Amino acid sequence: MAASADLLEKPEASKEADEPRTIEPGLATADRVFHHSARAVAMVVLALTASIGLFLGYQSIPTLRHYGLKFLTESQWQPHLNILGLSAVLTGTVEVALIALVVGFPLALLTALYISEYSPQRLRPTLVALLDLMAGVPSIVFGLWAYFLLEPRAIYVARWLSEYLGWIPIFKVDFDTHAAFLGSVLNSHYGASALIAGLAVATMVIPLACSVMRSVFSQAPLGEREGAMALGGSRWGVIRAVVLPFGRRGIIGGTMLGLGRALGETVAVLLIISIAFDVKYKVLTTGAITTSALIANSFGEATGAQLSALLAAGFVLFLMTLAINTLAAVFVNRSRSGAGTDA
Amino acid sequence: MSVRVVEEDRPRKLQRRTLDDVASLIGAATGSLALVWVLYERVFAFSGLLGFVVCWYVTFVVLYAWVTGISNPRTAVVDRVASAAAHGGAAIVGLTLATTVGFIFIKALPALRHVNFFTKDMAGVRPTSPLTQGGMVHALAGSAIEVGIAVAIALPLGVATAVYMTEVGGRLATVVRTVVEAMTALPDIVAGLFIYVLLIIGFGMEKDGLAVSLALVVTMVPVTARSAEVVLKVVSGSLREAGLALGASQWQTVRRVVLPTARSGLATALILGIARITGETAPLLIVSGASTFFNKNPLHNTMNSLPLFIFSAVRSGEPLFIQRGYGAAAVLLGLVLVLFSITRFLARNRQESR
Repeated sequence: MAASADLLEKPEASKEADEPRTIEPGLATADRVFHHSARAVAMVVLALTASIGLFLGYQSIPTLRHYGLKFLTESQWQPHLNILGLSAVLTGTVEVALIALVVGFPLALLTALYISEYSPQRLRPTLVALLDLMAGVPSIVFGLWAYFLLEPRAIYVARWLSEYLGWIPIFKVDFDTHAAFLGSVLNSHYGASALIAGLAVATMVIPLACSVMRSVFSQAPLGEREGAMALGGSRWGVIRAVVLPFGRRGIIGGTMLGLGRALGETVAVLLIISIAFDVKYKVLTTGAITTSALIANSFGEATGAQLSALLAAGFVLFLMTLAINTLAAVFVNRSRSGAGTDA
Repeated sequence: MSVRVVEEDRPRKLQRRTLDDVASLIGAATGSLALVWVLYERVFAFSGLLGFVVCWYVTFVVLYAWVTGISNPRTAVVDRVASAAAHGGAAIVGLTLATTVGFIFIKALPALRHVNFFTKDMAGVRPTSPLTQGGMVHALAGSAIEVGIAVAIALPLGVATAVYMTEVGGRLATVVRTVVEAMTALPDIVAGLFIYVLLIIGFGMEKDGLAVSLALVVTMVPVTARSAEVVLKVVSGSLREAGLALGASQWQTVRRVVLPTARSGLATALILGIARITGETAPLLIVSGASTFFNKNPLHNTMNSLPLFIFSAVRSGEPLFIQRGYGAAAVLLGLVLVLFSITRFLARNRQESR
């Protein structure tokens, strides 16, 4: 393009008569209307979405000005005493999300590999549909499952972890691990913990991360797969040499999308945890708090300044998920799989 | 072996399992089962099904690797261990989905068995009343109205924005795309809080169905716009050029060529969006009240919805009310299943028509 433009611009003065005529007839009236109306709707959407971000940012200014840096370092949330801060809330949010990721990432990766590499060809569309279905299961349904079915069983896993892996700081508990459970989840000291909330959130992270990974894996070039096979590679050899390197960015991107979802998850966490504003790293013991659970729990009695504080908490959460989603988008877009498609 | 090489000229089957494959798999499975049963149940006298299954699986992988290693090179051992890991991981995820769906439907049976559950509301019915009284029709109707309004607003906005981003383009479209993509990261609870602070506290709006719909619109518009953009981008550029080359205006090309080509993809994106916001609970906690009576006016009085009904049922701690919650959860899950079956149906039609 650039070269031909140069040629057109350089003709000698005598050849001026030979200038190519411009072939830009301008837009037809119908198209002009179409362009303008499409742009108008897009502007409405832009204004709507941008105003939310701006509104959140603007509303959190008074809080940030009032509490200053203490807003990030204070752990308690007692608006009536004028003491509030995000340190416990943010620690809890990150903790729950990380637990969800530690549990969910290997399962998502293995499931994606199973569907794209190991499953029988005929079953594959069905499995993909089931994965989509799992991504569509409402979080309240997973919340019910985790609260009534998983939690009474997970406390035994928690006790096992604290008994045998208690020397790892995060699994330490400061009560007798042999104490009887007295038949109830809450009496066990293990119920309503960050660990169980994290497990519940993992069920929502897995389908999201898994479907991104699977779609990238399935795009791994056939030629390279066959090449690896022809060189005598086993099925795992093909995965290690072709599928995983090809899908690396998809793996990272899918995981980050899952992390973004995990940070914002509300209902399942709210059902499971019993709220405690402590900066704690002992994830097995009762009590935790996340940003979204804080908002859902305390907007009711909040007025004025407290609402502003909640909006500020929401704004911080939004910034976190935004940063993670942006990173995810960068990774997914740079993946080799995107190249060569007819846009 | 070398004697039989020239026997026949058929291509060998690549995927067939050899006797060694099958025997070592079955042998390792039964061997590890027996070993773990003896050690776990008899020698150490542990209890718990979960621990048993985990121990069985770990022993199985070790035994499988060891048996394979007797007559195979290291590559085969690694290959089989990886295969066992992938199957195990997929089994856990599959089990999670299966137990979730099964658990909800089994627990929901007592409530679903009564016809009044589908025809009555909870007005005048106490949470402790037997299941023969009251129902969830008010929540179902509320969900339908709220989601209906939200879709009616969000769908045109989302698709028009997507058309602008793909068909019109320009520098402004990049800005729109960036902002829309950023707003897909907005946690649903924050969207609810936004509507609550702006409309209910700020403008004194009621906690009615419309407020819920608007909160759902806030979460749905960016998602719809982005997924519609993905669908429109897939429409081949040569189709557009063909339309323009035949002398059609761009608007005619978009309306007669691009949108019809993308129709089933758009429908899939729409249905997935509906499935998502139907189950959305977090914003409802903030902008909606859990009413007990049937209300079909979205502009006046609170409106209940399925997710909120489930949440308040579980939170009540009342066994009978919790059973109603399970019933509503089964209805919600059933709705999602139906929506997904429709998308599968659409996808199959699309493949056949090609």
